Amino acid sequence: MEYLPEPSAVEITKNKILCCECGIPIEPNPANMCVACLRSQVDITEGIPKQVVIYFCRGCERYLQPPAEWVSCALESRELLSLCLKKLKGLSRVKLIDASFVWTEPHSKRIKVKLTVHGEVVGGAVLQQVFVVEYVINHHMCDECHRSEAQDFWRSLVQVRQKAENKKTFFYLEQLILKHKAHENTLGIKPNHGGLDFFYTSEGHARKMVDFIAAVLPCKYQHSKKLISHDIHSNVYNYKFTYSVDIVPVSKDSVVCLPKKLTQSLGGISPICLVYRVTNGLHLIDPLSAQIAEVNSTVYYRNPFQSICNPKQLVEYIVMDIEPIMDKERKVFPGQGQISTRHVLADVWLVRASELGINDNTTHTRTHLGHVLKPGDSVLGYNVMDSNINDAHFEKIDKSKVQDVVLVKKYYDKALIRRQRAWKLKHLADDEMAFDRETNEYNDFLDDLEEDPALRQNINIFKDASKAIPVDSNDDFDPNMPHVTLEEMLDDLVIDDVEMAES
Amino acid sequence: MALRVQFENNNEIGVFSKLTNAYCLVGIGGSENFYSAFEGELAENIPVVHASLAGCRIIGRMCVGNKNGLLVPSSTFDTELQHIRNALPDSVKVQRVEERLSALGNVIACNDYVALVHPDLDRETEEIIADTLKVEVFRQTIASNVLVGSYCVLSNQGGLVHPNTSIVDQEELSSLLQVPLVAGTINRGSEVVAAGLVVNDWCAFAGMDTTSTELTVVESVFRLNEAVPSNITSAMRASLIESMS
Repeated sequence: MEYLPEPSAVEITKNKILCCECGIPIEPNPANMCVACLRSQVDITEGIPKQVVIYFCRGCERYLQPPAEWVSCALESRELLSLCLKKLKGLSRVKLIDASFVWTEPHSKRIKVKLTVHGEVVGGAVLQQVFVVEYVINHHMCDECHRSEAQDFWRSLVQVRQKAENKKTFFYLEQLILKHKAHENTLGIKPNHGGLDFFYTSEGHARKMVDFIAAVLPCKYQHSKKLISHDIHSNVYNYKFTYSVDIVPVSKDSVVCLPKKLTQSLGGISPICLVYRVTNGLHLIDPLSAQIAEVNSTVYYRNPFQSICNPKQLVEYIVMDIEPIMDKERKVFPGQGQISTRHVLADVWLVRASELGINDNTTHTRTHLGHVLKPGDSVLGYNVMDSNINDAHFEKIDKSKVQDVVLVKKYYDKALIRRQRAWKLKHLADDEMAFDRETNEYNDFLDDLEEDPALRQNINIFKDASKAIPVDSNDDFDPNMPHVTLEEMLDDLVIDDVEMAES
Repeated sequence: MALRVQFENNNEIGVFSKLTNAYCLVGIGGSENFYSAFEGELAENIPVVHASLAGCRIIGRMCVGNKNGLLVPSSTFDTELQHIRNALPDSVKVQRVEERLSALGNVIACNDYVALVHPDLDRETEEIIADTLKVEVFRQTIASNVLVGSYCVLSNQGGLVHPNTSIVDQEELSSLLQVPLVAGTINRGSEVVAAGLVVNDWCAFAGMDTTSTELTVVESVFRLNEAVPSNITSAMRASLIESMS
């Protein structure tokens, strides 16, 4: 406690008077008492409790901020200090100057806060006093933890479904969720009926998740609610909300057959198209003309279409000859949609890899992959003519205009790529996203990432510490082979406490 | 000799009493405790008189006086004036004063020889003070306060002034009054010293809250320890004999 001298405008030689209590000479002040006597006479912190109880939920590690809010704050954080000060009654009578934590053992269930206050005492003298308030942490389970303990905790549910054969889109969605931390408020994630269920405590969180999915993938959703209970007197209704999100059942590298109406509205694109990318719309390319189009979810659900060939049906071909088609040789017509400048149209002559050397009859097709293919390359494609296709739109089109083979992508030796792969992805908790990661589908997804920089720019790729980064001196390393550069990889957080490990 | 007294649980005893070397006026309280304290100490030497002025008992603030005289405000009733005249010795002249600043005790501080007065006091009043109380009159302030009667207590031996009075001011006042002055407090740090303390040449009364330190200051500056009525007379006798011989 110190006495703060009032600032005097004119500095005059102050006379000394005797302190009225103890008789030591002091300069006259409003109380006419020395500091020590004043301290023994008055306590400006009187009425401020020196010990306060605050409540802490062990389940979610949050503190109760009266009346009913739970806030998470770290020890010695600014938030915790403001919470502590709010709990302190009687602070309004004095002027708070400073507050800081005094260190206590984290497990001691005690928080100590050192406060400096100014208060006015007898005769208008302003006193400064420093004191310590001890906060006792009591455990109290918050409502949400209570509900979750009682197994009755989710309020709203987001069901994400895709009625398609492969799960590539889900693997992609998982990575997007991780990158954008969209799963922060989920109570749980469960695989269910070939899709995922996300559980939330409030409708707002579920709504946010739905908006997130709608922003990154083409989808539509339905909203429904189920009345759990209601109170007719206070007009309170208790609902459980469900959002059913349906992702467009077409994935990357599928061949689709568009309805006639849609081909017209997309600038006369040919009906057999390849899906070369999926963002919040489907990106289609016509292998015959390299014409591209984007179909967003509204357009898709107005004229829905299905994939006619899936990546499972991909067949490996060997390029025997290739001949790029110049721009001037292309047929253009008025009203034609955008032509891709990143792809090169080419005529190719192919032999199935399985029939190489047995059958000399080459198959001719036209492809947009002219920029990556050269004679002797392996390439993956769909044998459209020989496939058994059940599609309403496909039956209506003129089969003579349909190519025998639709090429999708260049084929690389996967075994080598997978062995050299020096990166990995993060996953949502293993049992939650219970898709089998050892299947070909997951590995195909990883291959896709490697081959398509546009795809991997949306997700986080982490360096795999267990594998060495391949060195260029490697003999069988093909510089043309797609690979993820080291710059694109992130370093994972590794907690490796040597000292603790030794003891 | 300094005593602690209380007037009906109030420590501001200078408000309710007026003490001089020739008489003591005491306000009329609900009980006689206050009066008895004065009577027990003073009755052997000087008259201790119950008094009221204009029906009020805050006589200490309303009147001013010394051994030569007593000035009362114009609002004093005739009966009250008569009573005071009857009770006081004949040598004490009692006089009514027509003064705008009617709380005479607050605006005038005096001992038997000198008076400090409020700077705005009437010239006529000043003359009456000089005539009746037989004092030299100085217009002064104490620690920038015009209420000199409230912020200083004087006797012929010394004076206690407002705690904020600077050394320079103290020296100036002290040279006017020809008595030593000390800045101090009464009633546990109160700076309104005249409200908490009444004093004459051999005796002082302070409020009950006054600490021993304050009382020690009072006793030393007013020289109460060596001063008893007989001492004064013997000292005076010595000087008288000296002057006569």
